[in-house]
Amino acid sequence: MKVIDAKNLHYRELNTIIYEAIQKGEKHFRIENVLGQRFIGDGLRGEDILIEVYGTPGNDLAAFMNGPTIRVYGNAQDGVGNTMNAGKIFIHGDAGDVLFYGMRGGEVYIKGDVGYRVGIHMKEYMDFVPKAVIGGCAGDFFGEYMAGGILVLLGLTAQKGEPITGDYLSTGMHGGRIYIRGKVDPSTLGKEAKPFDLDAEDEKILRPLLENFCKEFGYDMKEIMKVPFTKLIPVSKRPYGKHYVPGWHTLTNRKQLVPSSYEENGYPATRSVRDR
Amino acid sequence: MLYQPTVTNFYDFRVVRDQERCIKCQGCVTQCSFEANFWDAEREKIDSIHSKCVGCHRCEAYCPTDAISIQPNPSAFRPHGYWTKREIRNIYLNAETGAIGLTGMGNDMSTQPTYFDRMLFDACQVTNPSIDPLREPMELRTYMGNRGREVPVSPDATKVELSTKLSPLMKLDIPIIFGPMSFGSINLNVQKALAATAQAYGTYWSTGEGGLHRSLYKYGPNTIVQVASGRFGVHEEYLKAGGAIEIKIGQGAKPGIGGHLPGEKVLEEISKTRMIPVGSDAISPAPHHDIYSIEDLRQLIYALKEATRYEKPVSVKVAAVHNIAAIASGIARAGADVIVVDGYRGGTGATPTIVREHTGIPIEIAIAVVDDRLRQEGIRENVGLVAAGGIRSAADALKAIALGADAVYVASAALIAVGCTMCQQCHTGRCAWGITTNDPFLAKRQNPEIATERVSNMLRAWQIEMKEVLGSMGLNAIESLRGNRERLRAVGMTKEEMEVLGLKMAGIGM
Repeated sequence: MKVIDAKNLHYRELNTIIYEAIQKGEKHFRIENVLGQRFIGDGLRGEDILIEVYGTPGNDLAAFMNGPTIRVYGNAQDGVGNTMNAGKIFIHGDAGDVLFYGMRGGEVYIKGDVGYRVGIHMKEYMDFVPKAVIGGCAGDFFGEYMAGGILVLLGLTAQKGEPITGDYLSTGMHGGRIYIRGKVDPSTLGKEAKPFDLDAEDEKILRPLLENFCKEFGYDMKEIMKVPFTKLIPVSKRPYGKHYVPGWHTLTNRKQLVPSSYEENGYPATRSVRDR
Repeated sequence: MLYQPTVTNFYDFRVVRDQERCIKCQGCVTQCSFEANFWDAEREKIDSIHSKCVGCHRCEAYCPTDAISIQPNPSAFRPHGYWTKREIRNIYLNAETGAIGLTGMGNDMSTQPTYFDRMLFDACQVTNPSIDPLREPMELRTYMGNRGREVPVSPDATKVELSTKLSPLMKLDIPIIFGPMSFGSINLNVQKALAATAQAYGTYWSTGEGGLHRSLYKYGPNTIVQVASGRFGVHEEYLKAGGAIEIKIGQGAKPGIGGHLPGEKVLEEISKTRMIPVGSDAISPAPHHDIYSIEDLRQLIYALKEATRYEKPVSVKVAAVHNIAAIASGIARAGADVIVVDGYRGGTGATPTIVREHTGIPIEIAIAVVDDRLRQEGIRENVGLVAAGGIRSAADALKAIALGADAVYVASAALIAVGCTMCQQCHTGRCAWGITTNDPFLAKRQNPEIATERVSNMLRAWQIEMKEVLGSMGLNAIESLRGNRERLRAVGMTKEEMEVLGLKMAGIGM
């Protein structure tokens, strides 16, 4: 294990130390006194790499990351998991805005609250299904533009009677699933998604994620499961399909231009290129 | 006479067929992907639905007996200088559908000025000799990026060493780069042609925002990999594969709005490259949601530099808009190595017509004001500057360079080289020339080898043309023309226009 004291280190120096150590075969890092250093884990690959961060890492933690595991013992800032492809992140605290932007794979577990625009444009592809579990509450635009993946919000830090999400929840959503512990206030919901009760498949997806969450942060699974979850899924895969028209020539009604007798006689009036 | 609803009247073209010459081979029926030509079995002849014709001339080109000609429809609205055909038809389209009209390619309005056509080059006569590029060396190579303003050396007098650490630069053997066109907007055959040509000519091509197909990784060092707001196909390996990385903020044909590849165009190979499921919409949000300020832009620039260990130049592409000079200054200060400014004539695979025709500013003006501003602030040498959007010829490219650009992006012209006729139907995905379509039946109309040859020929010709014009001006290096507005003169411009462009009126000497 390599121990790095990040005190007074610029992010460029810190990340160079990590990168060069990985080139030499180091797998396990413990970084102490982290205070706002950005881009930790940025663009790193290798599933066997573990980075333990003590303190508060800066923005874009694990951006473009492709495999490693990062554990943060403290709070994280904005842009965690930006366009991340694979790997795991555990944050023993709160995190900031625009988390998991464009994230394509991997898992993120956050113990506390998160800010605005979390899970924006997450997407999935084949075996890549990004998953994120948030123990606390979220700000506005949770799951905006979401195109795939799984977002779970538990609201364990919520005051009694207070909503655990902000406004514009799942606005523009056209893929993926959001699981919210408790009921969703319809007035906060974007018009592209609808709430549903969980079915057997959802339970199967949710259970292992919650188990991981409870194991990492020491919660009781039974306690969490006491409140039923709400599932949000998109109404349409093409939320904006009717907004556009391709152009003039598509308006032509062929039937009005070709005598109907042709088609009545069994001849196709036109031949499509696909017929050949 | 059949009744025709208003919208099917006043179409653009008529497919005029000489029935004497027609041998009824039905080639035109096969070739027309817009289904304008059809075989009329009862009358045993080929006929056309004129209103479906988009004027792409594919059938005309493939008619073995030269029987077809595509002609403008003589039937017209009563001429009106204000309520033009364009305006009337737009209203019909809106009224019929209640939707936004889409279009492809760049702004086609002739009523807006083209400043390139109002600029003329200087040439040597008597008092200074011109250079013959056929017999004398002529340098078109240029390096783009942070070239630095000074070359510090170590203070030790006994041993002189450069203490400069150079930033990565883009090396261009010809100051022409193929502009970003995604796999999806064009097909792999055309992308292969661009990539192979870029490699052969020592320049770059750009992936656009659709990711990089596996078969094109071998062109990596000559590839600009783009990171746009949808982050499609962006992953660590893709970033490391490219020769440069480009953050796409805006596009000249649609400043301020996002992209949208409809689900039906997301076929198997596109799905693999963009890394999204087959058939799902690829929606690029209008802004990058992690960039709301210059500081945020700096964060993404450095996230990309960190991810690639500072080995690759990072460029930022923005549309030319009113405040472009200040924006460009911000981009330079955010740490970008290259700024790409995309003018309002720039092309696209799909854009709302209203945005294409009414948003942005001309590239000539944008480049002039950006170059001025960066010089005034003393940061011009910290960044490369690329003019994009509507570069039609080597002359346009040279004029853009004389106005202050280091290089130009060329995209529409490269498509024209492989057969595009500017019918502006890219957004339909039915391109009869097999360029802006991924329908396998149509896409195979582009043979990658022939397409490579044609694009390469175009670059070779432009290269010779550029050398010829440089030689006539008595210059032997493209660097000597860069920002050298003294070698341009303006015709038919107002005083303000000349002032903004930094040009003198024709007839005014040195």
